[in-house]
Order: sequence, then structure tokens, then C-alpha cells
Amino acid sequence: MFNYIWCFIIILSIICSVVTGNTNNLTNSILSSASEAVELIITMTGTVCLWSGITEIADKSGLSRTIAKLLSPLLSRLFPDLDRNGKAFGAISANVTANLLGLGNAATPLGIKAMKEIEKEKALSLKNFTADRDTVMFVILNTTSLQLMPTMIISILESYGSTQPAAIVPYVWISSICGLAVGIISVNIFYKKEV
Amino acid sequence: MIISLIIPIIMLIILTDGLIKKVPVFSCFTDGAKEGLKTMYSIAPSLIGLITAIGMFKASGALDILTNFLSPVTELMGIPKEVSPLFFLKPISGSGSLAMLNRIVSDNGADSVVSKIAAVMTGSTETTFYCIAVYYGATNIKKTGYTVPCALLGDFASMLTACLIVMRDV
Repeated sequence: MFNYIWCFIIILSIICSVVTGNTNNLTNSILSSASEAVELIITMTGTVCLWSGITEIADKSGLSRTIAKLLSPLLSRLFPDLDRNGKAFGAISANVTANLLGLGNAATPLGIKAMKEIEKEKALSLKNFTADRDTVMFVILNTTSLQLMPTMIISILESYGSTQPAAIVPYVWISSICGLAVGIISVNIFYKKEV
Repeated sequence: MIISLIIPIIMLIILTDGLIKKVPVFSCFTDGAKEGLKTMYSIAPSLIGLITAIGMFKASGALDILTNFLSPVTELMGIPKEVSPLFFLKPISGSGSLAMLNRIVSDNGADSVVSKIAAVMTGSTETTFYCIAVYYGATNIKKTGYTVPCALLGDFASMLTACLIVMRDV
């Protein structure tokens, strides 16, 4: 699926740029965005390494397991096939906690770890390297993730002189939760036949 | 104030907990950081591919064409035309939708309905394609199954909710 979307975006862009006469811009963006990507990767490497290191300490000290236990009543409903005391479950709990706290930088390396652990626990290498219900559910939790304090958005509104920038917060919660619910329901519908 | 202290507090808790339980804190940290380097190495190719495609999309004017094409539908639902490009932009580009939010707020004023809708839309989902590229790029999984349709349904639902609840309330 991601294959097709990637090609679709590129082909659509080429066609549209010819139609709108934006071919110069398009060529410039091809030349510049690959190196922009590398800049982003270098910036990301710092935070990813830092948080991978910090969370490794929490894993060794048992703190991650404590968090996993707290969240397990909720998460075991979403991931019924995973071992509640396993590494995958622990990493998922840590990722969800980081997302709730709005720590995007910490959530990413934890999420990557969770994906790798799910891949190991469910032995996806034996299943044609195809994503299963648990990996899809986990990615959906992250794409529609609930953030308790959308600080970036509030600061944009504030910088343009909003009288009550934080007034949007309850709306963000409601629409996040709706998106999350629709995401979870659609995963359950798409993967019903396999369960 | 409390928000700016979250990260230091978390580090403090993890480090003191590690010290109390006699974990070799620094060598654990470097082990984990080494894993982080490996991870970045494995997701770099998919990020370069995705970011190039998104860069082309933004430069090509495709966003305007798509928005015009779907404007009868969004108008019918009463969604302001200023925010409708976000439906396409938000799932693929985080920095692009922040730039668009900035523009909408500066054009319409920070307390306008349009700005509020745009702010809620931008705040209520993550950048879906970026998440998918990073998470699957780090694993050996080749086929993403139903990830994209489920994620886009979730995005669409949350952005539509954002429009409807803000418009109803104001």
C-alpha cells in the first residue's frame, strides 16, 4: 500500500506541475529535499539516541515494567495477543505514556522499539513480513495520538495575539478521541476475520 | 512552567530510580544510545524517500488542484475553504501544516473561527505518513496491511470532528 502511495504522490506531483507550469519549482524541490531529509535525520539522531539511552536505564531499573503494569488494564484490551509481561507490551506502554505527556521526541524511539519487539514476539518474519493486527493497531495509536497539551499550536495562537489560546484544548481532546476511536474501530473491522 | 519542567523531571526520576536500584547508569545509557544510532541508520532511507515525495507534492501546486477539485464537497458540509487544504496536508507534512496554520492565523486573526478550526485540526492528529515511514522503516516489515486506510480514516474523523465542534460552538 505504501508503495503505491509513494509512487502516486510523485507521479501526481509531476503531472500537476506540468499542468500548473510549476516545473522549475518541482525540479528545485527534488534537488533540495533529499538533502533537507538528511538534515532532519541528523537533528533527529541526537534526540533519538538520547532518549534511547535514557529509556534503557528505565528498562534495566524496572521502571518501565511498573508503568506497563499501570497501563495494562487499558492496553491489554487493544493488544489481546501480546504477553502482558513481555518486552513489546512494556515498550508500547512507555510510548503511550510519552505521547500523553506530549514528549514527541521521546515517543518516537520508544515507538520504534515497540515495533521491533512486536515484530519479534509475533515472529512476523515467518509471515512474509506482513504487518499484523498488533503492528497496525500500534501505528494507529501513534498517528491519531492524543496529546494532553498541544503546546506548539497554543504558542502559534498566542504569538498572533489570541485572547484565550488555551481555549482550543478541549476541542483538540474531543477531536483526537474521535479520531482515535474511529482508528481503533476500523482496525478491529479490517482484522476481524483473522481473530 | 510545569510543562517546561516535564522533561527534566522525567530524567531525574529515571536516573534516581536507576541509582537506587544499583543499575550501571552510564553504560546502560551508552548501550541504549548505540541502539538509537542503529535505528536512525535503518529509517534514513525511507525518510529520504518520503520527504522527497512530499517536497515535490508541495512544490507542484498539486495541493491547490486537489483542494479545488473537492471544494464542492467541503462547501456542502459548511467547512470554510481556508481550512480544507489541511485535510490533505496534515497527514503528509507536519512542517507544511504548521506553516499553513501560521498563514491562516495571520490572515484571519487569532480569535477568528477559521483560525480556531485550523488550530484544532492541526493539533488533533500526528503526521500520519511520517509515522508510518519511521515505524515500518525501522522494522523488516515490507507490507503495511491495512495501516494506511485505518490511519487515514482516523485522521479524517478527527479533522472533521474538529470542524464540526468548533463551528457549532462559536
